[in-house]
Amino acid sequence: MSRADTAPSAASAGKPEASVAAGPVAAGPAGPAAAARAPGSPLRELLRPLGLFRSELVTTFRRWRTLALLLVLMAVPVLVGIAVKIETSDGGSVGGGEGDGPAFIAQVTNNGLFLVFTSLAVTLPFFLPMTVGMIAGDSIAGEAAGGTLRYLLVAPAGRTRLLLAKYATTVVFCVAATLAVALSALAVGALLFPVGEVTLLSGTPVSFGEGLLRTLLIALAVAASLLGLAALGLFVSTMTNSGVTAMAATVGLLITVQIVDTIPQLHAVHPYLFPHYWLSFGDLLRDPVYWDPLLKNLGLQALYVAVFGSAAWARLTNKDITA
Amino acid sequence: MRYGVPIAVAGVAAATIGLVPALADSGDPDLPKITAEELVAKMAESDVDQMSGNVKINTDLGLPALPGSSGGGDRGGPFGGGDRDRGDEGESGKGEESPAVPQKKLMELASGEHLLRVATDGPDKQRVSVVEDAAEYSFIHNGKDVWTYDSASNSVFHAEAPKGAGKGGDKGGAHGKVPGDLADLTPQEAAKKALAAVDKTTSVSVDGTAKVAGRDAHQLVIKPKAAADSTVESIRIAVDADNGTPLKFTLTPKGGGKAVIDIGYTKVDFGKPDASTFDFKAPKGAEVTEKKLDGRAGKMAEERAEKQAGKSGLSDLSGLQVLGEGWNTVAEIEMPGGAMFGAEGPGGKEGPGGKGMDSSMAKSLMEGLTDEAKGEFGTGRVFETKLVNVLITDDGKVYAGAVTKDGLVKAANQAAK
Repeated sequence: MSRADTAPSAASAGKPEASVAAGPVAAGPAGPAAAARAPGSPLRELLRPLGLFRSELVTTFRRWRTLALLLVLMAVPVLVGIAVKIETSDGGSVGGGEGDGPAFIAQVTNNGLFLVFTSLAVTLPFFLPMTVGMIAGDSIAGEAAGGTLRYLLVAPAGRTRLLLAKYATTVVFCVAATLAVALSALAVGALLFPVGEVTLLSGTPVSFGEGLLRTLLIALAVAASLLGLAALGLFVSTMTNSGVTAMAATVGLLITVQIVDTIPQLHAVHPYLFPHYWLSFGDLLRDPVYWDPLLKNLGLQALYVAVFGSAAWARLTNKDITA
Repeated sequence: MRYGVPIAVAGVAAATIGLVPALADSGDPDLPKITAEELVAKMAESDVDQMSGNVKINTDLGLPALPGSSGGGDRGGPFGGGDRDRGDEGESGKGEESPAVPQKKLMELASGEHLLRVATDGPDKQRVSVVEDAAEYSFIHNGKDVWTYDSASNSVFHAEAPKGAGKGGDKGGAHGKVPGDLADLTPQEAAKKALAAVDKTTSVSVDGTAKVAGRDAHQLVIKPKAAADSTVESIRIAVDADNGTPLKFTLTPKGGGKAVIDIGYTKVDFGKPDASTFDFKAPKGAEVTEKKLDGRAGKMAEERAEKQAGKSGLSDLSGLQVLGEGWNTVAEIEMPGGAMFGAEGPGGKEGPGGKGMDSSMAKSLMEGLTDEAKGEFGTGRVFETKLVNVLITDDGKVYAGAVTKDGLVKAANQAAK
């Protein structure tokens, strides 16, 4: 899609939303004006959902908050990398060579690529989902709190479409956040440690190219692991008119579920908790790849997306928008 | 009304999760009748030596939870990352041995749930991989080389078997098993051991059919006969109807409840595994521990393995006597100086590993873990698990066996006479 194509659609539908986020003052007069305008050509009709998605994306990624979150995520691999470098500078191995510490950390000194896996294993339990929870929780509730939700809905986009655009934006953020960690780790790893042939968990060596390919798959698996939480956050976000409440509730839910997942007495419910298979991404490093937990993870995330996505839809389409 | 949608989605999902396995389970395969003798013969004749698959091991010995050794094996402790429970190794192993040494792995496998990926191609090529959280422990036997690789610590253990150790038919694999017996953790080996124990005190029967790892199987049931004190209720072996390979091995305790040992294939393939499966080279940067196995070391390890199995090797221990026979067998061990902890019972694997604790702590722990027992032999304490019970008398004798507390007391009384 070229810029010229989107310009008119942005003028009719996209613009109000883009400016809405900038502030209610600017959006106030523009909203009704856009609503009063007649629907555009069939082409514009087709492009409108993308226009809405696009403006959501731009709004989200232009926020300082989002950029700060990504920066924090990118700092984690730097910290881990430097810590490992310092600890092993005297020729010793990490964690006394007993395999203690975060997953894959013993391998980092041999191959910088493993810093990617270590960083993902470190950030996945909490950092990554927390940022996703913040973005997802803020998505609808933040608009409601800012008083901009009704202007968004005044545009002839429809609530379902708005919800889809919001969720798609969150999904893009999941991928962006994972890639931020992975790329930062890759850069730090390549800088501080040797890279080259990758030894898989089974002890089989593969070429660096295949290692990179597996890394990409792992990043995608991690991003996909966050989709369930994103849907949960979206649902929570439709329940309240306060962005902060929604973010806190989502992150609180995350922590609660993580704790429940560690209590052995509750093992019966563990397979149904969304973080349960999160660390399955490591199974991509086996030879042959052990797919069962990966597929279970994807299935579970899809289930959460279906349940909480539809719940968010039910809630938002029934909601009285007062703010 | 729209709230019905998420509820319906959740309902359908719950129904699918609940019903699909139930539907898949229903309908045990219809197989021609077979007698127990025929089935045992079929197992003995079975000449499958090429296969690969996934084995799930579930051990629940009913051991009390000790501080620092959680159940383990469960996937996905979210804050845990890759740190697996190494509590029981901490005291004894640190700094001395490479984490890739196979014996340590066996200890870990003795409790909880584990997944193994196995591949076999004849007696000279085996591979067993223990799938762990974000880590893997591989055991590779290829010809004269035995490798183990522990990815969590990136360390390698390499042993070269002595020449000529491969003699002796089935025992050909023995030198491969020397360092670890890891290759024994398959339903085949478990079944072999169980059948070896079959004698006149045992009843063997065929009890229906089952589907294991997508294959039709006969179920062989081994029960102790006239052994009131045995803790074993029954041993159930699912035997592939096609080629006689044991696919599942379940040991049920008399006390009821969950199986003590449950080893079974979840996936099995009788094709020839890829030759590269058995190739192994120490990865760059890995810490390699070399060990040359001469005949003596191999023999010792073999003996130890036999002792662990609680079989004939027991009599080699000094001050050890075997009381009773068949399923009621109880081992009597005299402990030097009457130390409470220190000697391992025949179920050495199951020992709680009290080494290294100071004595007062050991004593209070001991009192918490054991029950008092009295009899003609005097007094003592009984350490109970679902399968193996150990009676430690105050005068420093240890009685252990797969029998109930009463059985131990009876044996101790008889011995005291």
